[in-house]
Amino acid sequence: MAYTEEELKKELETKEYEYGFYTDIESDTFPKGLNEDIVRGISKKKEEPEWMTEWRLESFRIWKEMEEPEWANINYKKPEFQDISYYSAPNKKPKYESLDEVDPELLDTFKRLGIPIEEQKKLAGVAVDIVMDSVSVATTFKKTLAERGIIFCSMAEAIKEHPELVKKYIGSVVPQKDNFYAALNSAVFSDGSFCYIPKGVRCPMELSTYFRINQAGTGQFERTLVIADEGSYVSYLEGCTAPSRDENQLHAAVVELIALDNSEIKYSTVQNWYPGNKEGKGGVFNFVTKRGICEKNAKISWTQVETGSAITWKYPSCILKGDNSIGEFYSIAVTNNYQQADTGTKMIHLGKNTRSTIISKGISAGKSQNSYRGLVQVHSRASNARNFSQCDSLLMGNKCGAHTFPYIEVKNKTAQIEHEATTSKIGEDQIFYCNQRGIDTEKAIALIVNGFSKEVLNKLPMEFAVEAQKLLEISLEGSVG
Amino acid sequence: MLKIKDLHAGVEGNEILNGINLEVNPGEVHAIMGPNGSGKSTLASVIAGKEEFEVTQGIVLLNGEDLEDVSPEERAHKGVFMSFQYPVEIPGVTVTNFMKTAINESRKARGEKEMPANVMLKRIRQKSELLDIDRKFLSRSLNEGFSGGEKKRNEIFQMAMLEPKLAILDETDSGLDIDALRIVANGVNKLRGKDNAIIIITHYQRLLEYIVPDFVHVLNEGKIVKSGDKDLALQLDEKGYDWLKNEPVA
Repeated sequence: MAYTEEELKKELETKEYEYGFYTDIESDTFPKGLNEDIVRGISKKKEEPEWMTEWRLESFRIWKEMEEPEWANINYKKPEFQDISYYSAPNKKPKYESLDEVDPELLDTFKRLGIPIEEQKKLAGVAVDIVMDSVSVATTFKKTLAERGIIFCSMAEAIKEHPELVKKYIGSVVPQKDNFYAALNSAVFSDGSFCYIPKGVRCPMELSTYFRINQAGTGQFERTLVIADEGSYVSYLEGCTAPSRDENQLHAAVVELIALDNSEIKYSTVQNWYPGNKEGKGGVFNFVTKRGICEKNAKISWTQVETGSAITWKYPSCILKGDNSIGEFYSIAVTNNYQQADTGTKMIHLGKNTRSTIISKGISAGKSQNSYRGLVQVHSRASNARNFSQCDSLLMGNKCGAHTFPYIEVKNKTAQIEHEATTSKIGEDQIFYCNQRGIDTEKAIALIVNGFSKEVLNKLPMEFAVEAQKLLEISLEGSVG
Repeated sequence: MLKIKDLHAGVEGNEILNGINLEVNPGEVHAIMGPNGSGKSTLASVIAGKEEFEVTQGIVLLNGEDLEDVSPEERAHKGVFMSFQYPVEIPGVTVTNFMKTAINESRKARGEKEMPANVMLKRIRQKSELLDIDRKFLSRSLNEGFSGGEKKRNEIFQMAMLEPKLAILDETDSGLDIDALRIVANGVNKLRGKDNAIIIITHYQRLLEYIVPDFVHVLNEGKIVKSGDKDLALQLDEKGYDWLKNEPVA
């Protein structure tokens, strides 16, 4: 017969993580624990220059003196930082020119994830820099990009090949001492992606990276740096899936975006780390610092679809330093079962005529807690700054929570700030209406959720939008029928 | 097509329907009238399979099949359509997208392929013209910010798109001005055929001036107290419902 809210809740709980499998690839893993020797060891393993080693050590010393932040609306057992191994790399290390040379088991993993890399090479011009447990295994399309002077490589490679760029920009937006997790990342980051678009160049394809935590008990510390030189444009995609595991996995990434005068960076994320099982056991702890800086007339647009992780702590932000610069944040955060998300953005208006837009869609189901936390700050020099914020929450069932924490600090009278917020619930009436039109409950929820999220989904690049829709369905639908 | 025998149903132990008997054959239009609280909308919901109503006695048969264990969506796949008295809003889902999903879900359930886009578009064009619907309307979010009249017209548009075997129109005339009423009634009349049946639930005789029923039934306190032809509706209009309330059960 038809469905009740009680049944809906049950259905939502029973959807198991689809990507919960484990790839058996030999790994080269460091002993657990963190001290200066480990930091040096990581740096040595990666054959880094002295300045990088020193930068890491400095970060480590800062981190040692810091305390874990407790202000977020999340509740969890703090990770035991000395019980984590800080380095793990796939064993068969040589870089491949073609995918044929890549470990077939790894390729199989990606196939099961629904990421057909072979096809992606041809499709829509997506260059894929695959990060498997921290080390880039394959990079494609590099040559096409190189012809335009675009650098798209692993962070490790960038440190060796383009030290002047890395040295100049790393830590320039997210300083080592910025916060506890950023400091930790700065000390132990394993790898990540580096991207540089030269002056006046429009990157001809979407750049994309897939992340995947694989080794049991290995924290993942990605470091991403994207630099758009004057008048350039780049669209960067980042997507993650992680295998099912019982103990919590720590993920503390740092992403820095630098948009120089008249440039534009579009950064899109689909995040699907393992959220834990339906009793709330396991799952990834995701503590991410993402921040971009806009110079004159520059624009940074963050779009994120967050469906995974047991704990999400993430605030992609924009520092609107240059006059007339623009910051945007479009977010969908889904929590189910015992997931907790405290996510949002910071828009710091420093320049004149700066504009920012925040559209946040939170969807909570099960016993999850979903919080939006956003800061809009207008400094005294930032005349005619404008911000529009919209925070919508959708609830499913009676045991989940949606919270909104908007902070607004304005020091210039000419600023215009708008904030709108709504909370709604998927009702039995909506479901019955769909049922009556021949749409089953599972599909009805997908339809309603997609409708609710549309403004954000529309901001994603086409191929990513399809993937994101699929993810929303996986995250929320029960195994009906 | 539809056979209802001694139907008793209610919500949370309160009996609302008290032994309904009704038979609807292909090609027929039945009107069900009655005062507020007589059980008209409950009857519609029970036929459509809304779960909150519990059938305590009796049986509802669709083409000979007992509907007791048939879900609302399966009933829809079998050709049951209900025009809602209060259509719900689904923000962000356009009328077109909703219809596309509904049509293709029904086709899938019947083992048919998805409707090709050009066929879909053609049908949308035809049916929207039939109901004098502006094309812009179709790209708006379903029922969000629609006026009462737009909501009802949209319900009939969906009926036209889905081509049901049995359509139940629950108070489709409420909230319609005279022009909208005429358009909606015209639309419904064009959808009448020898293979499908329509049940019209209404308070007033007004709609029945435009959609002339073959049978009129009066519902009171969960029972059909009188049945007749279209003239019964006229009588009701004249005398009100009170004169029937004391009549013995028909």
